[in-house]
Amino acid sequence: MIRATALAASVLAMGFAAATAQAGEIRIACYSDGNECESTEVLAARFMKDNADVKVTIDKMPFKAIQESLPVQLAAGQGPDIARTTDFGPVMKYMLDLTPYLKDPGYWEASFGPVLGWMRADAKDHGIYGLMTQLTISAPLVNKTLFDQAGVPVPKAGASWDDWATAVKKVQVATKIPAGMAWDRSGARFSGPAISMGAKFFAADGSPAVVDDGLKATAGRVVDWSKDGTFARDVWVAAGGGYRDAFDEFANGRVAVYLSGSWQLTRLEKQIGDGFEWVVGSAPCGVGGCTGMPGGAGFVAFKNSKNPKDVGRFLDFLASKPVYAEWMVMTSNVPAHTALQNENLPYKLSPAGIAAVQAFGTNAALLTPLAYRLQGDPMSRPIFNAVIDRVSQAMSGQITLDQAYARITADVSDAVAASKK
Amino acid sequence: MNALASLFAALMNLPERPMRWAQGRLSGGRLGWVFVAPNLAVFAVFTFLPIAIDLHYALTGGTNLLPAERPFVGGDNFASLLDCSNHFDASSCRRDLFWYGIWNTLRFVVFQVGLMLVFSLLTAIVLNSKIIGRGFFRAVFFYPVLLSPVVVALIWKWILQREGILNAGFIGAGITPVNWLLHGNWAFFWSVFVSIWAHMGFYTLILLAGLQAIPAEIHEAAAMDATPPWRHFQRITLPLLMPSVLVVFVLGLIRAVQIFDEVYVLTGGGPGTATTFIVQYIYKTGFADQVRQYGLAAAASLLLAGVLLVLTLIQLRGMKRG
Repeated sequence: MIRATALAASVLAMGFAAATAQAGEIRIACYSDGNECESTEVLAARFMKDNADVKVTIDKMPFKAIQESLPVQLAAGQGPDIARTTDFGPVMKYMLDLTPYLKDPGYWEASFGPVLGWMRADAKDHGIYGLMTQLTISAPLVNKTLFDQAGVPVPKAGASWDDWATAVKKVQVATKIPAGMAWDRSGARFSGPAISMGAKFFAADGSPAVVDDGLKATAGRVVDWSKDGTFARDVWVAAGGGYRDAFDEFANGRVAVYLSGSWQLTRLEKQIGDGFEWVVGSAPCGVGGCTGMPGGAGFVAFKNSKNPKDVGRFLDFLASKPVYAEWMVMTSNVPAHTALQNENLPYKLSPAGIAAVQAFGTNAALLTPLAYRLQGDPMSRPIFNAVIDRVSQAMSGQITLDQAYARITADVSDAVAASKK
Repeated sequence: MNALASLFAALMNLPERPMRWAQGRLSGGRLGWVFVAPNLAVFAVFTFLPIAIDLHYALTGGTNLLPAERPFVGGDNFASLLDCSNHFDASSCRRDLFWYGIWNTLRFVVFQVGLMLVFSLLTAIVLNSKIIGRGFFRAVFFYPVLLSPVVVALIWKWILQREGILNAGFIGAGITPVNWLLHGNWAFFWSVFVSIWAHMGFYTLILLAGLQAIPAEIHEAAAMDATPPWRHFQRITLPLLMPSVLVVFVLGLIRAVQIFDEVYVLTGGGPGTATTFIVQYIYKTGFADQVRQYGLAAAASLLLAGVLLVLTLIQLRGMKRG
């Protein structure tokens, strides 16, 4: 009931925000991984100095509030002008094609081409609906201090997931930590290893076909690892449903390896600091490549905006190369801007942080096309949720893996059918 | 002061004219409707209209939120929820999570309501006797009722998690710690326990009031007859307390069927689906899943409403008998 009340309050707050928007005002519903909203405020202040006719207001709210209430808000025609979200599927039909409002759509295509597709309904859609505020890349984060204490070398580039599992198990036994590795309870996190192990996720006709040998290989391993302490069972099993991050397990030295991603940089810097030596490992390999998953949050614009021209102007400002570069430095994020990915941005990070950014960059080059495609598919979230919920049930012993596979297929089919009605 | 009094009197007299007019026009029976009209309007807007909207959603499908954009599917949502080869085995059902929710809720109701009734009654009897610090203990038992469910759940999460206070105590005492929220039966046990802890004070208060309403002369007469304590309780106290027990039973039952917030924060419904209850299924299906199946959620909520309606009728019937 409390959640329902909080949700209602968020909806009301967003509704009020939208209802009170004035001419020339842009309201942005924003959540932060680290300091994204605060950094945007700094840049927005500069934008407003040069564009006195536009007022940018940033409404900060929790990730969950945006994820759960934004589609409802937009359906009621009361959404913000722009929102920061990772979940484009449910809001796709409300998104505003910014193309007519941008100075140079060609620049956007050239600079953000690979990720613009994530906001498009299908291959025929060529609209520009928003600006990625980061490019996240999942990769194993390694507690090198624990590896050193155990006398176990950190697996190098080209090592398989089995090599990593063997190594972390040795570290777990030697250092008596509760588990060798933890993965965020996230379908996106699971999908990187699954693609590496050969999962295809889609049939030849493009429809979701989630359960195959690659997915089974990954799910089977994860369930087995959870039985012997190689894998932190708590994070997946004790959570019930939905997403749960395992950052605390890693930050408190309870696991040697943590499969998460580049968006954790600020937390790694602030919360771990020099508590122990941490490094970003290379994405483990398999028959499908050595891939993690790309992702990230984007500022997407909505059709209900009364000031679409101003929305275009503001996003044009943020997307311009020098401003975007500054923004990435302020937020310690990997840029989604392709040209900036090859530049050494002057991040204000510790040496470990700088090394981490470079390692994420190296891993970004290894991302497979399938990883990009899965991330951008409108059905990716139902796929992710079905996989983590059902694999967790198998991990808890409630159902067998075969039952979990059947349920994943049924859950995804139901979601596809419901979304087509 | 006088001016204020005159203004007040004038305001009070304002409805007089229209009321006199209505009285002249309407007969006594119909005039009653005028008085209840404001209440009926509130009921219509905040109770009957949402039920009608819920029914509309339950009979339509798709992921669109706006009622006009939703295709009519008849009873498909209900059929889908009830589609099982064996209703006693959730894994055989098309919507297995719904049925895990149903059976978990049923199990929860049996344990939570039964145990809470027993503990509330025992506590009320103890707090009704002449013990030292009676007022203090009454406050202590009532205190958790004042806490928000989220606070209750977080307190117990800190106690029960792997590195929680309880396990710290176990380690200190040389006992192997237990990962309480990782094992289905333990997680369920703690869900019941925490819920009882949080709500027992309220029901104890009702029973305490019931105990205090029993005339002292009856107890005195029993004492003069040297009635043994158990017989006294069985033949005098309990029968006279039955109306209060019935209220506690029905209120507790309805609250238990609606269980969501505390357990959702404490366990998230896990491990697996061990503590997933029916309201969590409705919330997840309608508001948390990326493909939002409002129709399914509405159908499930109507089925839940049906159960609550039956429980309320039982209460009304019981109260009539009482």
